[in-house]
Amino acid sequence: MTNSIEEISKADYILAIGTNTTESHPIIGLEVKKAIRNGTGLAVADPRKTEVASMAHRHMQLKSGSDIALLNGLAHVIIEEGLYAKEFVEERTEDFEAFKETVSKYTPECVEEITGVPVDILKEVARNYAQAKNAPILYTMGITQHICGTHNVLAVANLSMLCGHIGKESSGVNPLRGQNNVQGACDMGALPNVFTAYQKVGMENVQAKYANAWNVDALPDKVGINIGQMMERAGSNVKAMYIMGENPVLSDPDSNHVAHALESLDFLVVQDIFLTETARLADVVLPATSFAEKDGTFTNTERRVQRVRKAIDPVGNAMPDWEIICNLSSVMGYPMNYSSAKDIFDEISTVTPSYAGMSYERLDNGGLQWPCPTEDHPGTPYLHKDKFARGLGKFSAVDYVPPAEQPDAEYPMILSTGRRHFHYHTGTMTRRTGTLDKYYNEESLEINEIDAQKLGINNGDKVKVTSRRGSVEVKACVGDTVPEGMVFTSFHFSEVAINKVTNSQVDPVSNIPEFKVCAVRVEKYSAKNVS
Amino acid sequence: MADITLTIDGKQVTVPQGSTVLEAAQKADIFIPTFCHDPELSRYGACRMCVVEIPGMRNLPASCVTEARDGMEVYTESPAVIEARKTILELLLANHPLDCLTCPKNGDCRLQDYCYYYGVGDTPFEGEHHEYEVEEENPFIVRDMNKCILCGKCVRACAEIQGRGVIDFAYRGVNTKVATIMDVPLSESECLFCGNCVAVCPVGALQEKGLRSQARTWEVEKVKTTCSYCGCGCNFDLNVKDNKVVGVTSCDGDVNGRALCVKGRFGYGFIHHPDRLTKPLIKKDGEFVEAEWDEALSLVAGKMGETKKEYGADSLSVLSSARCTNEENYLLQKFTRAVLGTNNIDHCARL
Repeated sequence: MTNSIEEISKADYILAIGTNTTESHPIIGLEVKKAIRNGTGLAVADPRKTEVASMAHRHMQLKSGSDIALLNGLAHVIIEEGLYAKEFVEERTEDFEAFKETVSKYTPECVEEITGVPVDILKEVARNYAQAKNAPILYTMGITQHICGTHNVLAVANLSMLCGHIGKESSGVNPLRGQNNVQGACDMGALPNVFTAYQKVGMENVQAKYANAWNVDALPDKVGINIGQMMERAGSNVKAMYIMGENPVLSDPDSNHVAHALESLDFLVVQDIFLTETARLADVVLPATSFAEKDGTFTNTERRVQRVRKAIDPVGNAMPDWEIICNLSSVMGYPMNYSSAKDIFDEISTVTPSYAGMSYERLDNGGLQWPCPTEDHPGTPYLHKDKFARGLGKFSAVDYVPPAEQPDAEYPMILSTGRRHFHYHTGTMTRRTGTLDKYYNEESLEINEIDAQKLGINNGDKVKVTSRRGSVEVKACVGDTVPEGMVFTSFHFSEVAINKVTNSQVDPVSNIPEFKVCAVRVEKYSAKNVS
Repeated sequence: MADITLTIDGKQVTVPQGSTVLEAAQKADIFIPTFCHDPELSRYGACRMCVVEIPGMRNLPASCVTEARDGMEVYTESPAVIEARKTILELLLANHPLDCLTCPKNGDCRLQDYCYYYGVGDTPFEGEHHEYEVEEENPFIVRDMNKCILCGKCVRACAEIQGRGVIDFAYRGVNTKVATIMDVPLSESECLFCGNCVAVCPVGALQEKGLRSQARTWEVEKVKTTCSYCGCGCNFDLNVKDNKVVGVTSCDGDVNGRALCVKGRFGYGFIHHPDRLTKPLIKKDGEFVEAEWDEALSLVAGKMGETKKEYGADSLSVLSSARCTNEENYLLQKFTRAVLGTNNIDHCARL
């Protein structure tokens, strides 16, 4: 997020696109609700009638995967009506003309054709967003989990720059991150192309800095491969894998392919707290500890680094992940002699400019938002004040492209996946709580009542969902949350391993799979169509 | 805004104009008991427990809704105030089960604290008692409306923090009760079990089912930490008894204040689930066999080393974790780059 969570409730107007905020980020959802009570206007773009969509002053129920058309359409209206922030565009951005030319094609009528969002509503939202004093855009995986995810994000950034709604309190571009420390894992360089704080692999000075800090002669300078490429090359170029605290068999698209890839490795190590679907395939499983059994820090979606504190001893012979890594490294001839998580954090702050001013002493008095470059720096509640990180904000002319898979005669419906309020990710934790799993113990497939009627499906019937890659059986939940032609379910339940069905087509830049759109066939389950 | 100065129990205190007498007293470290007041919720002024004496004012005003004025004189423990508070407590006790010995909220109950403070052990008032059935049918929250003192904090927390308004006052007079629409159990209502009502309940009417059935108030140690579910980054207190996490309670979080969602507040059971891995496992002939750490780590080190030797460092790949700490992610990428000698490291940021 370029803004802070608490800034949301002070906004004048909020544009939320592809975010089921109240279910996936409940506490941020509370901020949005608070904003509405304060009189803030809210527009939501989502194909589903989610709770946050039902709270919105305007719900733009766009067709799945048509986000760029919608965002360009909003920009079109704003430019056409002269509502854009001319001074901001002139002083702080570049490449506006090319962008202007591209969006000129996206007339409201043409956008209605592509997205299904009526001309009047598009114009109203465009005017309200542009004329607001401050206006954050919130988005999540509804924007990124498409083959055009990167372009979707650029289109969001374009809109915010066009209206000067960035670099201010309550104005910015705000991806709401879905996992407790996904921000931190990225900040820490658990990526194939960067070290900590996004310092690039291959840059001579960066390579030298880390080689020196880690006391090695040289470090590999060729960018590594990402998770999708690892799965593709497993068994051929990739011979052994080490997986810490992830369950790709259930979380990644095209599960059958992932499981096959992991099985074809010569050697697989999984470090986790449970014997997950992925751990079952391992040659060695190392028992790690939960967050309650270790010290450390997590970085939340607003870049706030906060303490995790050890409350109990490790269960059984389990060991905190950091201790396992230290021990393994020592066995492999590179001793890591950290006596505590604090020791490691001290090293992080010496090599990570955005964390340089942080320490456990400071964090004990409350979280700090990066960048926090010096010990007396208070942290940064919002980014891009006065100047963008790259200097001038760059407009990127991006065009709408349809999703990789379109419905056809054989697979006539669109499947989208996401999360439920009562569960989390692959359910490894939430389905072992004795509470959440009791209350919400079975997954269902949302299907529109008109489709259900056509297919002879009643609420609660078991249905079979089939794509080109696989099929699952699931209970139907008939209603109007999803529009006609669309079905939706979560990836929390291994009994409904929906990622056997999803498409592994990815965005070429970010490698994010297109979880939000794949073509499926839905039919009433009967003994005849058991596969 | 201009500041004003008033005198509370002979002590001068200066506060911004618009402050309440209660806020002024709190600033001066003068104790005033409250049931229905909560700084995060709208001002309510219903329980009258916070009454004070202010010469020149009719009756005893409730300090939580009385605006402080310049030059005001306030007495918080005058005989009239104490008598009023005692009567309020006696009236509350007239329709409250006096089962403190077995009440799970024993030790964490304002009614109990104030009765102790003012020496109220019983009630002179006799009358009918509520006999509501205790609602225990959901896995998260126990609702015992016999213990409710109608302070309305839960109603306001649901409406003003959670923004749902699932509960409100129902019925009239002595039968007034906090209820869902049509007085159905929470599990049949629109309730999402965030438990923010439980966090503000000053008595035993609302209880965390798991926590209160496993530990008495004074047996737990509270450890402030950060939630391990979504990216919001809520803070809460893990409640620990005998080296076990028995519950989660609100603290004052940077991001969330006292608010939590159902996963944060009630989703801790996985920590001690019997499925937890407690020993390293090595697959032998297709079956997992328990092993000691030394054996498992040597095997991993050996295999990784051999693979690197035979096929090169880039034949190794590592997945780090968006669930683990910064320290662990840092170490694993350091290990991957400095020890294994490859940049093949990623995690599931994209899911």
